[in-house]
Amino acid sequence: MSHLPYALAAWLLLVGLYGVVTSRHLVHLVLCLSVAQSSTYVLLLAIGYRSGATAPVFADLPLGRPVVDPVVQALVLTDVVVSVTVSALLLALAVDVFEGSGELDPDALDTMRG
Amino acid sequence: MNVLVPLTVAIPLLAAAATAAVGRLVPPAVLDVVAIAVPAATAVLTGILLVDSRRGTIVYWFGGWRPRHGHTVGIAFTVDPIGAGLALFAAVLVAAVSIYTWHYFDETVPLYHALVLVFLGAMTGFSLTGDLFDLFVFFELMGVAAYALTALARTQLAPLQGGFVFAVTNTIAGFLVLIGIALLYGRTGSLNLAQISRSLVAQPPDGLLVVAFALLAAGFLVKAAAVPFHFWLADAYAVAPSPVCALFSAVMSDLGLYALARVYWTVFSGPFGATGSAVRGILLGFACLTMLVGGAMAFLQRHLKRMLAFVTISRGGLFLAGIALLTARGLAGASIAVVGDGFVKAALFLGVGVIARTLRSGDELRLRGRGRALPVVAVTFALGGLVVAGLPPFAGFLGTSLVEESARAVGVGLPVSVVANVSAALAGGAILRATGRVFLGLGPPEDPLFSPEADRTERDELRGTGRIASRAMLGTTAALLAAGLAVGFAPGLRARTEQAAMRLEGRTAYARTVLARAPNRQPAAAPSHVELSSVVDGLVATGGALLLAAASLRRRRATAGSLRRWTWPLRLLHSGHVGDYVAWLVAGTATLGLLVAVAAR
Repeated sequence: MSHLPYALAAWLLLVGLYGVVTSRHLVHLVLCLSVAQSSTYVLLLAIGYRSGATAPVFADLPLGRPVVDPVVQALVLTDVVVSVTVSALLLALAVDVFEGSGELDPDALDTMRG
Repeated sequence: MNVLVPLTVAIPLLAAAATAAVGRLVPPAVLDVVAIAVPAATAVLTGILLVDSRRGTIVYWFGGWRPRHGHTVGIAFTVDPIGAGLALFAAVLVAAVSIYTWHYFDETVPLYHALVLVFLGAMTGFSLTGDLFDLFVFFELMGVAAYALTALARTQLAPLQGGFVFAVTNTIAGFLVLIGIALLYGRTGSLNLAQISRSLVAQPPDGLLVVAFALLAAGFLVKAAAVPFHFWLADAYAVAPSPVCALFSAVMSDLGLYALARVYWTVFSGPFGATGSAVRGILLGFACLTMLVGGAMAFLQRHLKRMLAFVTISRGGLFLAGIALLTARGLAGASIAVVGDGFVKAALFLGVGVIARTLRSGDELRLRGRGRALPVVAVTFALGGLVVAGLPPFAGFLGTSLVEESARAVGVGLPVSVVANVSAALAGGAILRATGRVFLGLGPPEDPLFSPEADRTERDELRGTGRIASRAMLGTTAALLAAGLAVGFAPGLRARTEQAAMRLEGRTAYARTVLARAPNRQPAAAPSHVELSSVVDGLVATGGALLLAAASLRRRRATAGSLRRWTWPLRLLHSGHVGDYVAWLVAGTATLGLLVAVAAR
């Protein structure tokens, strides 16, 4: 298999982190975090991929038919759950920050310096 | 005893679910009792496991999916003394903190209790698991509960901001860990630590292993708050409720270091065996930087909780140094210091909670001389400062001495000793200076070393008016301090901890026990005694802390002013900006990766 999925995963991680570092808006920042997280889905699925193989649903498959690795798919599902939890929590915090200060720009939030 | 293993995680998690579901329907007293009884039960279970695991590592396969012919499908918990000890320590602290928070919050918060129980379940699972992906799941579970606990005071800006920074940086740490795990799975086809260990034993450290190690180590170092991954900790601990801070400071950071040690010794010690000394140098570099930055920043804080947060960072540097030495003695030193210092740090944070509640401030200058009415907290601060500085014969000193002796044995004794003692003197000096100012009224009412305005991060605990500290609060604070002092006097502590550390580091024996059910017995530890030079070091550091505190309280304005100018760049780095912190995280990860890559060539 080609190296493209691995390059894509690296790109998604870096571009997501770049977005987090330079973000001027907390909601935008949370979405950039989700972009970075999607790199882990791509990486995991790429690791489990076998060319010519089918989905690992064994109910109506003939014996000996190659399937892709079901373990990584289970990992991705868990990863998605984690991601949703964290995103929901962060967005809730962003809403509370906005209600408390009227600001969503991380540059304007400076309760903690030095 | 096997049946007890899953209960240590299941009981807290089920209790958390029940509390969250019906917490609003039952009387608050029931919730308080559940919040104390469940961690107490978990402590009993993990205590039994700790005693039992001394006779041999306990392996529990969920659902009975045991390995066949040395190949694993199922998920295992592997209980050895260091893991069980950490789980026990976490459960005891959660129980103590739950007693402290009896009627602590103005409104009963069922969700608070549920979150603390989830946090406990995640910590025990993290300490006991033998599976890499499980480690990631508990890492995230622990994280999510902790973010929510930090931002518990939803109506104030500072806790929200601290929680946000904490959540973003630690979530990114989670990505790094997960990518590392995915790479290892791609190489070995397994998630079980023992099986990965066997698959990799004969591999030279190639590019994939270097990247995987760098990502896993960086992820765990974020949780452990090693410099330059530490920024979130100071912001989060300065604003979380004090009892929550006590938990975070005493155990959560140390669990990151535990994971680093566990994963290094099971997975990477085989491939990196030949380049061990280079890996040691790299990790020691991070450890020394952490000790110094943490100590210096602690000394510059006027806000008590933020000061204790930097004390936590500097102590984390010491624990990292013990692990980074890659010896059983160093790991044993770190383990003893984690427990001894942990109790003391928890007591200090709980003491700050008492101060914030009764005196309605957390600011050293504003509190000057006002602490006289709180003798229990005064004693906690005075003794806590001395223990952190390394006064013999307490556990902080015992741990430091083991780390120093191990450093001498591998030929880096001088730098490690100097840095460890300077850092201990700075951190202890910061606590002792606060003791002198708050409880004795020493020192000038203004100090140019600090920023001119009071920190605005102390609002989290000022709800309600005219409150007095309950007996439960004072009693728990004193009890945790006493526990921290007593740890150092446990009989045979050095030898037993060193044996436990050898068990954790015994890669082949671990794999054999997990995969082939071979009994894993206690290795014999070489007899060891505290060396005289370590005692001298401990006394010098304690004296240094007292001198620093005294000098800081009597200092003339001019000296303080120039110190302030010199330390200004260090303060500037701690900008409170989430983007800056993530940039440091990425830069730190890249540096770590480059250094390991160069070392592995």
